[in-house]
Amino acid sequence: MSKPIQLPSDETFVLNVGPQHPATHGVLRIKMRMDGEYVSEAETVIGYIHRMHEKMGELKTYQQFLMNLSRLDYLGALGYCHGHVLVVEKAGGIQVPERAEYIRVITVELNRIASHLFGVGSYIMDLGGFSPLMYMLQDREYILDMLEAVTGARLTYCYYRFGGLYNDIDDTFIARARAFIPRCRESLKKYHKLVTENIIFRKRLEGNAYLSQEICRKYGATSAVARGSGINYDVRKNEPYSVYPEFDFDVPVFTEGDSMARYKVKMAEIEQSLRIIEQGLDKLPGGPIMAEKAPKNIKLPVGDYYQAVEAAKGSFGIRLVSDGSKNPYRLKLRSPSYSNMSLFDEACRGLMIMDAMAFFGSLDLVVPEIDR
Amino acid sequence: MIRTNILNSLRALFPEADTVVETPPPPTPEEESGEKKKAGKAAKPAPRVNGMLERDYTVHGYHIDAQVSPEQLLNAVTILDQQQFFLETITGVDWIDDQQLEAVYDFSHYGFEPCRVVIRVRIPRDNPKLPTISGIYQGANWHERETFEFFGIVFEGHPHLVPLLLPEDADYHPLLKDFKA
Repeated sequence: MSKPIQLPSDETFVLNVGPQHPATHGVLRIKMRMDGEYVSEAETVIGYIHRMHEKMGELKTYQQFLMNLSRLDYLGALGYCHGHVLVVEKAGGIQVPERAEYIRVITVELNRIASHLFGVGSYIMDLGGFSPLMYMLQDREYILDMLEAVTGARLTYCYYRFGGLYNDIDDTFIARARAFIPRCRESLKKYHKLVTENIIFRKRLEGNAYLSQEICRKYGATSAVARGSGINYDVRKNEPYSVYPEFDFDVPVFTEGDSMARYKVKMAEIEQSLRIIEQGLDKLPGGPIMAEKAPKNIKLPVGDYYQAVEAAKGSFGIRLVSDGSKNPYRLKLRSPSYSNMSLFDEACRGLMIMDAMAFFGSLDLVVPEIDR
Repeated sequence: MIRTNILNSLRALFPEADTVVETPPPPTPEEESGEKKKAGKAAKPAPRVNGMLERDYTVHGYHIDAQVSPEQLLNAVTILDQQQFFLETITGVDWIDDQQLEAVYDFSHYGFEPCRVVIRVRIPRDNPKLPTISGIYQGANWHERETFEFFGIVFEGHPHLVPLLLPEDADYHPLLKDFKA
């Protein structure tokens, strides 16, 4: 009889996740040093789909850059377009008609729901539940059809203009949006029954990957990552922009700091977005959708300008430096997923590999937005 | 409240300099009459001396604008850290006409009183070096790597200063104004 094989107890090995990996939703690589099933170190490698939007921003005029914004986060693109038009309008002193601003908010919130549905659905699929994604895609399709009819695109929108909108919404859009609200509320009940109360799902996520408020602050985390850790921060409330002060909505905050809390924040945000859309449709003012004096050639006064908006993935910021010419001198895009992703390396240490991947999904990342 | 606190704390960095409250310039006759300005190249913003400005939030989107020297940078960031600010982003601007690079640090606050603080540092373009703040804000790690690869600003003391978004062997800095692809 042979002796049992003795393995050295301090042995670690390197595990390579990605760049082409179904759980990374895009092209992203994580180098992990594993101690058995536990992650002892991780290093995220990004930049596989880097396109240098910031240089394009310097080479293009303001109007030409409009379409680039929807190529960052292709799931919730309208929030990014909104930030861009707001910063240029603020710097150039362009007045936007109220109706246009209301339509912007309605469409942004519809897009936010679509983004959350897809984010949550694919997250559940990562965890092994396939059917919820299919139900959620059904609702998302409904939104995309609605937006396609008015914006002309399904994902890569170029709908907002400096001073207004490209196209007015019609009665069909309003009727479909009104019909969508009760439909989505019914679906949410179904999702909660199917997923949130599912014992396998809960056991998997409750207590998984606790994030303290301190680590969120040090890495600049926003969105569901911060709000799942009890940080009540939403740019729409903390730094109101557009017509958001006229809407009555809540910011869902959960204090557990685990992956379940981050999931719950997103689900609760869908309900709040529905409330905003409902009020927006009720209050929708008439009038023009484009400012009369919207300039054709935009030249902004010398100086630098910052605008933050609450995009679907968190606080998106644009820093614009103008030298008075027709192109921006510098255009910096602060993408929320970038900051949310950067805390992964530190926070996943000591987790089991499956827990680390469950944590990774809860950050709700879109890789083209990280790489820009 | 937080804005007053941070103003007072940052003021300690500039013993002589007084804080300037920005006043919007009076409208020019062309603007008042609604006429278009004559096309022509506007002047680039002039470099200003180190000091603090209180900006008009409704125009610029931030409240406090502090330009510090590289030696003061860590002190300024420590003050912001003590006041529970979070790091929005770090970026650079290439002022090629002045032969200077500018590093811009954006900070914001989770509280309900909006307070955005911008810290800027101007450094010579031929020897761009700054101390890293990744010891204070761990999230600065990636932002500094990005600023390093795009502008060539070397952050001394950074634990892992290699390109982040560009290929690992990239030796060019694409956001410099004299970069030719």
